[in-house]
Amino acid sequence: MTRLLAFRFLQAVMVALLVGALTFLLMSLLPGDAAYRIAAGRYGYDMVSTAAAEAVRAELGLDQPVIWRFLAWIGDLATLDLGHSLVSGKPVMEAVAHELGSSIRLAIGAVALSFVMGPPLGVMAGLRPGSVFDRCLLLLTTVTRAVPHFVLGVVLVIVFAVSLGLVPSAGHGTLAHTVLPTLTLALGLAAVSSRVARDATIDVAASAYYGFGRLKGLSSFSLFTRHGLRNIGVPVVTYLGVQLVYLIEGVVVVETLFAWPGIGHGLVHAIVQRDVPMVQGTALAMGLMFVVLNTLVDLANHWIDPRGRKV
Amino acid sequence: MYRNKTFCRTLVATAFAAVLTLGPDVSFAKDNVFDVVAPFEIGGLDPSVSGFIFQRMQITETLLEVDAKGQPLPALAEKWDVSDNGKRWSLTIRQGVKFHDGTDLTAEAAAHSLNTARKKTGVLQNAKIEAIKAEGNDVIIELVEPFKPLLALLAHSSTKILAPAAYGQNDAVQKVIGTGPYQLTLLEPPQRLAAKRFEGYWGEKPTIDKTTYLAAGRGETRTLMAESGGAELIFQLDPPSIARLQRSNNVKVITGAVPRVVVLKSNSGSGATAPVEIRQALSLAIQREGIAAAVLRAPDTGATQMFSDNLAAWHNADLSPLAYDPDAARKLFDAQGWRKGPDGILQKDGKALRLRMLTYSDRPELPLIATALQAQLREVGVDVEVAVENASAIPSAHSDGSLQLALYGRNYALVPDPLVTLLGDFGHGGSEWGPLGWSNPAFDKAMTTLLASNDPTEQQQLRNEIVALIQHDLPVIPIAWYRQSIAVAKNVEGASIDPFERTFGLTKMRWSE
Repeated sequence: MTRLLAFRFLQAVMVALLVGALTFLLMSLLPGDAAYRIAAGRYGYDMVSTAAAEAVRAELGLDQPVIWRFLAWIGDLATLDLGHSLVSGKPVMEAVAHELGSSIRLAIGAVALSFVMGPPLGVMAGLRPGSVFDRCLLLLTTVTRAVPHFVLGVVLVIVFAVSLGLVPSAGHGTLAHTVLPTLTLALGLAAVSSRVARDATIDVAASAYYGFGRLKGLSSFSLFTRHGLRNIGVPVVTYLGVQLVYLIEGVVVVETLFAWPGIGHGLVHAIVQRDVPMVQGTALAMGLMFVVLNTLVDLANHWIDPRGRKV
Repeated sequence: MYRNKTFCRTLVATAFAAVLTLGPDVSFAKDNVFDVVAPFEIGGLDPSVSGFIFQRMQITETLLEVDAKGQPLPALAEKWDVSDNGKRWSLTIRQGVKFHDGTDLTAEAAAHSLNTARKKTGVLQNAKIEAIKAEGNDVIIELVEPFKPLLALLAHSSTKILAPAAYGQNDAVQKVIGTGPYQLTLLEPPQRLAAKRFEGYWGEKPTIDKTTYLAAGRGETRTLMAESGGAELIFQLDPPSIARLQRSNNVKVITGAVPRVVVLKSNSGSGATAPVEIRQALSLAIQREGIAAAVLRAPDTGATQMFSDNLAAWHNADLSPLAYDPDAARKLFDAQGWRKGPDGILQKDGKALRLRMLTYSDRPELPLIATALQAQLREVGVDVEVAVENASAIPSAHSDGSLQLALYGRNYALVPDPLVTLLGDFGHGGSEWGPLGWSNPAFDKAMTTLLASNDPTEQQQLRNEIVALIQHDLPVIPIAWYRQSIAVAKNVEGASIDPFERTFGLTKMRWSE
């Protein structure tokens, strides 16, 4: 357990350094003049002029060597200072904290909802492999997973907001605003976790210990809760770690579509405006979110599967 | 068995938590809050950054307002006066005006806001200002040289007046404390703010008492919000969405002319487009009405000259309209020595006529117009490569001289008097959002005379001359006149489009019975 946490901590440090270095390198390789981009981000494109761009360049020291600015960023990071946004002038930490809170709410809601939908359906299908239900579920999950987030999001908006008028189509502020973006993310996650749960259920149901349990006279319910559930849980939770990539990628698209003030949305805007400290801050937060969520997945597995603990 | 129970309980708890988090919320019922949705993000608190959002939401005010024709109206300044030499303006501050923090508006507070704005990027830099100071109840602005359109600058959002308590260290804006009919109750940059009616407002109090603003960058998102009744006012609709929304039961669509023009800028100083005949030929090859009808879905907005007749002062009715005549275009190219090569592209001295057209996607119709222009210019043998970049690529390419063609939408009413923007863009050989490498002494002379003229008849003659010179030289080629479009909920009355895009008009709207 301690080794696991120590390893993840080391990983977090590596992620911070790599994300910082890569974003710096990639942002400085992008074509176009950053001073003009930042001026456009600040004053709007109608007001961009060479004078405004030069003022920005002088104010932010953009003509300093890249390596010098990178070392300064590392130095600041060591004191947990992510710097100030080049566009708004606000501390990056403050903006990221605000955005991260919104994104985490969205991500946790999506994971929880996907757990309610995906695995139970998968288990039901797995207990009767080859049945009509199983085949329908295969079709449904394949279609759901194949459709990109922005299409799925628009379809959900048209059905639940425009046609039925049940929930708002975009924006944030009330719990009702959370429904559609969460559902958009959750459906994709649930599609995969239901497949994993279905296959795990088939394996478990065909195993010797499960057969033995049935032989010794356990009811179907007891058999499933005592010998099935936990064994099915291990691959489902483990696979969630893999799916986090999908979740983080989805957050970027879904937040833009639903005008959700999260970290993905912030990252896209920061890249367009060449706001390097904001890109680093948001990318760092997303990288660390990935490490933290993976750590939680490991801890959950540690709790579900007692075998690991004895090793 | 104990562990299994715990596991089951955890699953049930997760499910319950998810339902609680996502369960329908009663507050989504119609709530008498007026929600505005527009594409602009709240970039920061400084007036030079996103000041226009606070102005449009009527949270902050400027010294002057303008009427529908762009003429100055009293606002925080009750009256004004200018010295005979045109260099000293005095504006009398309205008495009894309170900021949202309860303090009084004074000439000192107004002068402080203006002096802070002067130090930053913004419209005040157009006038050569020597000093801004408070004298008694007046704000005095002293100029190095006369600048007639000064009042228009004082109606721009970057010159809004904030309370002294709004500024922190180095005069950075910490809070938005204005004098408008609405006061901020929530500010969550970059996307959201909420405001309520300010009971201490000096003017007529609005009937709508609560309002919110949401930045939604994607046009589809805004359209879907309009269709689902997710907001009362949706600003800036995509052309394809307008027809769809016009059939909606929830909203009515309002469109109106604004002084924004889609223009094609070419390099008048060097390269193939330097001779005026080539620019005229490019203009003749463009079928503007087709672009207006098919791409912008707004027939009759093809630009026959720089400004439409909605901007009467700057529309010259005597000019012969910019026409579509590809044969005439071919003749002009031919006269300049450009002959068709084997691939159909014009050639001169062994070099093909290939031009790179910069544009950007912040205005989603621009890349579409660019590709339509690409096809139309190909018809007369000009090979155009369309490059969709960030908007700032255009001033950047202007500055280093590499620009060949650029397509953009320019707002000529950045301040309510188009003269200010025209002077900045076209004066002294042009600037980033105006001509490149263009020089016409007659134009500069007309501009200088106009800036000093007090005679309305002479002013009109000079404006006509200025527009005619642009029409002849075509340092920028007008393509289409913009129409702004908004969708308004059917339970709202009194909505309209402000041609100068200074306000969403919240105070003029009310809930219908």
